[in-house]
Amino acid sequence: MAARRVVITGLGVISSLGRNVSEFRDSLRSGCCGIRPIETVDCSALRFKNGAQVWGYDPAAYFDPKASALLDRFAQFAVVAAREAVAGAGIEWTPQLRSTAAVIVGSSTGGQTTEDTAFWDVYRLGKPRISPFTIPLIMNNAGASAISIEWGLMGPAYTVSTACSSANHAIGQAFWMIRGGITDLALTGGSEAPFSFGCLKAWEALRVVSKETCRPFSSDRQGMVLGEGGAILVLESLESARARGAAILGEIVGFGMSSDASHLTQPSAEGEAAAIRAALHDAGLKPGLVGYINAHGTATEANDVTETAAIRSVFGSHTDRLAVSSTKSMHGHALGAAGALEAIATVLALREGVLPPTVNFTTPDPRCDLDVVPNQARAADVEFALSNSFAFGGLNAVLAFRRPE
Amino acid sequence: MSEELTQKVLAVIASTQRIPVERVTIESTFEELGIDSMDGVNILFALENEFNINIPDEEAKSIRTVRQMVEGIGKLVAGGENTPAVAS
Repeated sequence: MAARRVVITGLGVISSLGRNVSEFRDSLRSGCCGIRPIETVDCSALRFKNGAQVWGYDPAAYFDPKASALLDRFAQFAVVAAREAVAGAGIEWTPQLRSTAAVIVGSSTGGQTTEDTAFWDVYRLGKPRISPFTIPLIMNNAGASAISIEWGLMGPAYTVSTACSSANHAIGQAFWMIRGGITDLALTGGSEAPFSFGCLKAWEALRVVSKETCRPFSSDRQGMVLGEGGAILVLESLESARARGAAILGEIVGFGMSSDASHLTQPSAEGEAAAIRAALHDAGLKPGLVGYINAHGTATEANDVTETAAIRSVFGSHTDRLAVSSTKSMHGHALGAAGALEAIATVLALREGVLPPTVNFTTPDPRCDLDVVPNQARAADVEFALSNSFAFGGLNAVLAFRRPE
Repeated sequence: MSEELTQKVLAVIASTQRIPVERVTIESTFEELGIDSMDGVNILFALENEFNINIPDEEAKSIRTVRQMVEGIGKLVAGGENTPAVAS
């Protein structure tokens, strides 16, 4: 049996660049940077003050008070993004579809703001008891569960938590499950809301967060900027999408994974290259056909140099004909949601023929000698693209996309 | 820089790296001591606690040897830089 093709029929996003796909796309195209002073945490005792938050987010605009009290901010983002994706895909939930649809989403820090508040209450304020909802709000799978409950989806549902690769691993799993005939439809992506004082303090200690903005691949880069948000894709088998006359927004053609198996925080070019090669192999794709890569591109000293080396080792001289941009320069590093935000950016780029830029770029770094699409979006007719995610812990996940026919 | 301060820094490096203090000298490079980027960050953390100082990221970035570290700490201690770290 020939492997089934897997297409994308719905997109949903909530991020610092907008609270729906249309706003997100416009921001990417105009090179808008969503990084500003963090609003929800007092940063006076932190070395950095900027983040990429979902500006002006009001849970009441999306949930009634009872419902939002049962969902941490990160799980709310998962549901908000899923609602847009499902509505856009025009899915009619039949009993058959409900019983088989999969929900596979990534999150790294789970219900961070709930946890921080609860632990503050018990440790600092000495409160004798905290909310019985604390555990169900904190758990990393709360986003997957909330999406399942929203539409009564009873197929395979779980959360993947591999730090900054979480969403790419989740989307890759959903892709393989549909391709392998395990299910016909999946809601997949990731969500994250890491802005608690404790979490920010922990990132500060790593000395990888920029005090100003995020400048991937630029020689004056100072590090990453944390972001938050949610992004969900509706994946379907091509037959299923065609049978119901769904609009096809793009296609996932390959998924590759690897582990550096070397160091907790120092990335390895060999490990990253292995994941890129695995994705190309899975897609049956020659490297020379790839025209765009949405880079992991965190703007840390280590990532950008290592990622450049990995790309060069896989693509050789074709590297000089590749466009490689980091949209983290605009939507920040949303950790377990990063791959999902970037998957949507990549699908939009292929579909509309406009590559998103790497903004805040000032000065080339000879060790990052890539065409990073500096500062301005670029019209380009590209058929195949990759999206890289490389996590702390050395866990790498790369997706390969094709534009719709 | 005082001999006492130097010895303190060497001791912090040794204990953080879990290596005998005799192995650490003012002439040691991070490479010789097997100090990678994460170890370096961990040593800065231990030194901040030991001396009650805040070591800015920019100054930390270029440090590659024990001597540079001792000199940097000496400057920070002399400067009385012990207010909470606040991004400028």
